[in-house]
Amino acid sequence: MDFDFAEQAPKLMMLLWGLVAFAVVVGGLLVLLDAVPAFFARRREARFVAASASGAPLPGGRPRSREGLFATFFLLPTVVLLLIGLVVPALRTTLLSFMDGGSQNFVGLDNYRWMFADDSIVRVLLNTLVWVTLVPLVATSIGLIYAVLVDKARLEAVAKSLIFMPMAISFVGASIIWKFVYAFRSEEQEQIGLLNQIVVSLGGEPRQWLLDSPLNTLLLIVIMVWIQAGFAMVVLSAAIKAIPADIVEAARLDGVSPWQMFWQITLPSIRPALIVVVVTISIATLKVFDIVRTSTNGNYDTSVIANEMYNQAFRYGQNGQGSALAVFLFVLVIPIVIFQIRNLRQQRREG
Amino acid sequence: MAVSARPRQALAIVGAIGLALSATACGTGSSSNGGSSNADSAECAPYEDYQGHEGKTVNIYSSIRDIEADRLAESWKQFEDCTGITINHEGSGEFEAQLPVRVDGGNAPDLAFIPQPGLLARFAERNQLKPASAETKAMAEQNYSPDWLKYSTVNGTFYGAPLGSNVKSFVWYSPKMFQENGWTVPTTWDQMIQLSDTIAQSDVKPWCAGIESGDATGWPATDWIEDVMLRTQTPEVYDQWTTHEIPFNDPRVAEALDRAGTILKNDKYVNGGFGGVRSIATTSFQEAGVPITQGKCALHRQASFYANQWPEGTRVAEDGDVFAFYFPAIDPAKGKPVLGGGEFVTAFADRPEVQAVQTYLASGEYANSRAKIGDWVSANNKVDLANVANPIDKLSVEILQDDSTVFRFDGSDLMPAAVGAGTFWKGMVDWINGGNTASVLQGIESSWK
Repeated sequence: MDFDFAEQAPKLMMLLWGLVAFAVVVGGLLVLLDAVPAFFARRREARFVAASASGAPLPGGRPRSREGLFATFFLLPTVVLLLIGLVVPALRTTLLSFMDGGSQNFVGLDNYRWMFADDSIVRVLLNTLVWVTLVPLVATSIGLIYAVLVDKARLEAVAKSLIFMPMAISFVGASIIWKFVYAFRSEEQEQIGLLNQIVVSLGGEPRQWLLDSPLNTLLLIVIMVWIQAGFAMVVLSAAIKAIPADIVEAARLDGVSPWQMFWQITLPSIRPALIVVVVTISIATLKVFDIVRTSTNGNYDTSVIANEMYNQAFRYGQNGQGSALAVFLFVLVIPIVIFQIRNLRQQRREG
Repeated sequence: MAVSARPRQALAIVGAIGLALSATACGTGSSSNGGSSNADSAECAPYEDYQGHEGKTVNIYSSIRDIEADRLAESWKQFEDCTGITINHEGSGEFEAQLPVRVDGGNAPDLAFIPQPGLLARFAERNQLKPASAETKAMAEQNYSPDWLKYSTVNGTFYGAPLGSNVKSFVWYSPKMFQENGWTVPTTWDQMIQLSDTIAQSDVKPWCAGIESGDATGWPATDWIEDVMLRTQTPEVYDQWTTHEIPFNDPRVAEALDRAGTILKNDKYVNGGFGGVRSIATTSFQEAGVPITQGKCALHRQASFYANQWPEGTRVAEDGDVFAFYFPAIDPAKGKPVLGGGEFVTAFADRPEVQAVQTYLASGEYANSRAKIGDWVSANNKVDLANVANPIDKLSVEILQDDSTVFRFDGSDLMPAAVGAGTFWKGMVDWINGGNTASVLQGIESSWK
């Protein structure tokens, strides 16, 4: 391929300036992060030197307030970014959910009423419920069983990386891969989809898998499980390895069966990790968007809240209805987050 | 407490790289951009009216990308040279979703090419658009039929002229296949059905269709319904339908759906090369007509722009591998209903240079300049057929300039986005997937508020 540098000069210039800006900004930040604490450290050192030279008592009371200053300095960017990126939009979205499509007039609870009255949206809510029940359950179970089975087995690393691999694929990539698995060609043609090829070689007729509700939602859930099982497996496997050897040995000496070992030793010991995995996957599932959008675009009764929210707010220009869906999603996530925080606190107290 | 020296070294390196980069930047910077204005030369004479804005920049946002965008840039190059106005065009695949975000975020482009009158009306109603200047309006009225201009007029205010257009009332076929089998191009609906029956008796399924289109899955089927609606009803009823003066589940709409269903949902007619009726839902619109080139399908209703979707090496011409005929009317005596689309040049700024560009884009000079570059159709009546090389474009321009043509804009682009780009698309997918006409129409009607 020809590449004319002269013709591409403006774009290259843009790239160059981008690099320069990147170097300056990142460099500047690094300088700041390095210089500011160093400056304070030097001042303190100087004061120590001065104090020890003059024989006065070492300054000890001041650093506390300075620590506060440090804390503020380091916290400030985070707080500002959180305010701009999270708190303000969340408040604004909530406000918009009480307004009409053009965000001009208040309509009270109309958007929420619409959400539970419109058949197609109720369907969306039900689908989300199916997703959030099945995915954490199935993905965690598969991950856990796999982790227990391959633990201390030969070729453990290979076996683990096999199931962990899908984690490295983006949701969109995974959906495209699975779209091929489910692909349909008519009987006369050669099948290009794995699933239909299997069906055909067993003597069946090819089917359009993604068109039949509710089977299609389950088939999409398989994609999510395929990705998330690896995550569950890795975290749980690490937790299993962290079970103190003496407990395991004591149990062995007591002569437990593998079944008892799993239910009475392994499972209770990895409970905190298990909760983290379930919570993380639940939240990821609640906001699932890419898989549905890429595979079916929400058609054939497969839509979920996040997909419908995007459609309403950005494609249909119905800001109010989109915001109401977003707020509802937010409300659904809150109990899970509270549960997680309480668990963390409890663990800290126990620890 | 000592601070380690290593981070410092890292910093020094970063700084040095930064300096080196900026030094090279300065080195190359001076050599770029060396265009000079030749405003007084003879070839600049047509642009005299637009001069006086040297050094100004106009930003345009559209859904036009890649080679089409390059052609666009080429089409107004001379205008830029002669007027000294720089036109920055940015094309986006997410245009419809991003434009409202940009406008609401205070980052509106100066001009946008909006392909949906429904979206244009939404901006107009929220007072986010600038009305077109008197010059633009005069230019548009000279060059476009009132049929077209009414789509960019909201509550009596005119917001901008059309730019490119396309004709959607086309049925693609293979002239070679027709000749070999002794089939003739139908000129009435009944002839078309007869032909379909004849073809269906051979082992070829007469029609192929596909409505999968990613985000926009369903739209090709809405075009089908609109085209049939224009043929079973008067243009007036069509207008009432797209403006919701009659309900979406009116019996007349149901009739159009059922009439389209005699082809689209007829297992004897579809889906050549792909399978049964339901395979229409998952066949992408890009692939949908390709079986014609493989002899597996004979007819494919799709817009003029489908000319770009044929496999490489397919010759599009009346005596070539594929060509299109006008989707026939049911009663030709009532005129020639044509369904089409196009984009409108609308302004979010009213600076004089923006208005100059807006006026220029409505002019015959521009339309011919763009037509000469190729693969482009416009309803601009100043377009000289001699400048249109591509046979299908030529046929499109002829149809658009024909006096008996009754033009109507793609209905789904006229409806509010929640319907036209939402439930109508979705409803068509359900309809193809086995949903019955009444419940699909009822669903769409209930979503239109």
